[in-house]
Amino acid sequence: MKVAKTANEAFAEAMRQIDPDVVAAYPITPATEIVQIFSQFVADGLVKTEFVAVESEHSAMSACIGASASGARAMTGTSSQGLALMWEMLYIASALRLPIIMAVVNRALSAPINIHCDHSDTLGARDSGWIQIYSENVQETYDNVIQAVRIAEHPDVKLPVMVTTDGFILSHCLETMDMLTDEEVKEFIGDPPERENLLKSIEEDKPITIGALDLQDYYFEHKRQVSEAMKNALKVIPQIGKEFGEKFGRSYDFFEKYNLDDAEVGIVVMGSTAGTGKEVVDEMRKEGKKVGLLKLRIFRPFPFNQLSEALSHLKVVGVMDRADGVNSYCGPLFPEICACLYDLPERPKVVDFIYGLGGRDIKKSDIEGIFNDLLKISETGKKEFNLKYIGVRE
Amino acid sequence: MPSLKELSKREERFVSGHRLCAGCGAGVIARMVMLAIDKPVVAGCATGCLEVASTIFPYSAWKIPWIHSAFENVAATISGVETAYRALKKQGKISKDVVFVAFGGDGGTYDIGLQSLSGAAERGHRMLYICYDNQAYMNTGIQRSSATPKCASTTTSPAGKVIPGKMQWQKDLPSIMVAHGVPYVATSIPGRWNDLISKVEKAIKFDGFTFIDVLSPCRLGWPHDPSLTLEISRLAADTCIWPLYEVVEGKYRLTYKPKEKKPVVEWFKLQRRFSHLLKPENSSLLEEIQKEVDRRWEDLLNKCESS
Repeated sequence: MKVAKTANEAFAEAMRQIDPDVVAAYPITPATEIVQIFSQFVADGLVKTEFVAVESEHSAMSACIGASASGARAMTGTSSQGLALMWEMLYIASALRLPIIMAVVNRALSAPINIHCDHSDTLGARDSGWIQIYSENVQETYDNVIQAVRIAEHPDVKLPVMVTTDGFILSHCLETMDMLTDEEVKEFIGDPPERENLLKSIEEDKPITIGALDLQDYYFEHKRQVSEAMKNALKVIPQIGKEFGEKFGRSYDFFEKYNLDDAEVGIVVMGSTAGTGKEVVDEMRKEGKKVGLLKLRIFRPFPFNQLSEALSHLKVVGVMDRADGVNSYCGPLFPEICACLYDLPERPKVVDFIYGLGGRDIKKSDIEGIFNDLLKISETGKKEFNLKYIGVRE
Repeated sequence: MPSLKELSKREERFVSGHRLCAGCGAGVIARMVMLAIDKPVVAGCATGCLEVASTIFPYSAWKIPWIHSAFENVAATISGVETAYRALKKQGKISKDVVFVAFGGDGGTYDIGLQSLSGAAERGHRMLYICYDNQAYMNTGIQRSSATPKCASTTTSPAGKVIPGKMQWQKDLPSIMVAHGVPYVATSIPGRWNDLISKVEKAIKFDGFTFIDVLSPCRLGWPHDPSLTLEISRLAADTCIWPLYEVVEGKYRLTYKPKEKKPVVEWFKLQRRFSHLLKPENSSLLEEIQKEVDRRWEDLLNKCESS
């Protein structure tokens, strides 16, 4: 059914249709609407969910951990500082192998305090053991949350998943999207597969201990299992994306290639900027310029080999980082793209573009400028810079 | 309340093999709390002595479902467990009646965990929160907490040539919990088993958040002779530095009145953290503390009388 929704509304509607057992959340701009709308669903009896209006994001994630460790399907939503406050608990959720689903509305991290979009919040959580799915538009935001349940709960994965959308740009932007029926969602996600948990153990009178102290003799093995689960997610994510496509007509993979296969230069981009980028690609293609785009949807697990293959033929790759590494040389995505290209016999040159911090607008002309930089490098064979900041007053 | 004989026949739920110190109060408290609950129970621990010493993988001293996630959030973690229970019970997926218990030391309760404690209490999750209060951060090596008594020497409030230990009075956490309007708040000690057992039994009958602050002698941090753990906890009640009382629906009741109120110095004498107070040059400090202990005791008696 075609409906007009913002990404926040899409998140909330998806949560209603998923109908989790427990939602524990704390409001934060620009994600606040998600909990507001969902609270109304609870108040109106549209879901069976027990909603916990916790006193902080740290407690939101802690309560989700407690609930998920008790066998419940648990969800939350947050943004920026809220995600930062959860930091400690993110690692615990993944290492305890709890399939918690979190809607994250990307927003810049303080200071200075800012409420608008960049990806510093979720990219900062890159090593926390959470699967990360980025969305280009409202439709993808919705579709990604529904797939996230299946990915998280897959017996070979059992890892938490965060689905992101761009703060204000998508969270508050009304778009037309195709909404599935409640029955379709219910059927697609199914009942959660059985897992060991506290309440099951009490029902069966076989008590379990969760969160024990691991010293030098076990910690490494348990951490190794988390890595293996993340590796398994590489197999599961495209399967679920394909199944979703077969059922509902919209297929998903690790990334989307846009005029990339015959391109000479290409950009790698995440989130809503991909939409703007595609427009620019179309226009420049009309001028005969061989530019292309790769929209990275799955940042964790990092599809290393697949990206390597998809980008291998390019002469120059431009990485668009909507976060700064503050490390004197690049943003967070750049080194990962470089790493996956490094072993190619003939590897593309790679440059980084840091853009859009704190919600700074990224215009078509900015992206055109990036492509022109890449084309110049391709033509001359020389990189005059490794990193360029886009749209900032220097 | 069950007799000692009856309690001794109950199945132990916190069992030997844990690696708490000989003479540790926390182990005695955990065992008694678990014995007092005659129902299926899920427990959680904040990071701290009890947690690290009872669940060193692949071993566990807990014969019940048990969870630990982090330091400052056992109340929030158990909030999640209890909420999952309500959700799944409503759906008919759980048949048993389950009791939920959260354990935190004074660090995880008075200080870093105060926010999640307050949140869980305000929301009214059905859980019993037990603070095993050894009056300092013992797990990291005896640093002062807001539960550390005035003038106690700790590694971050050492008694030195100029400063005689911690300069502040301990926070009155039971009053803070009473102010939350929760149905049951109490103090207790491991040395009076009937006091602790009956309070736990009473607490778990309430459909809401309940809180017991249990003084937990620490042979390593106070330090004291490990054979004196229970006695030293009783002496805390007899000197009225740790009065035993309960607050039911806001009404105060003294649960133990010493026959003879002993001077607080009697309690100090058994613990090296107060040894500097016994020196003649610190007699005024001792007097000041005794005066304040007396004042707080009178205040408590008044509250009980007017309740």
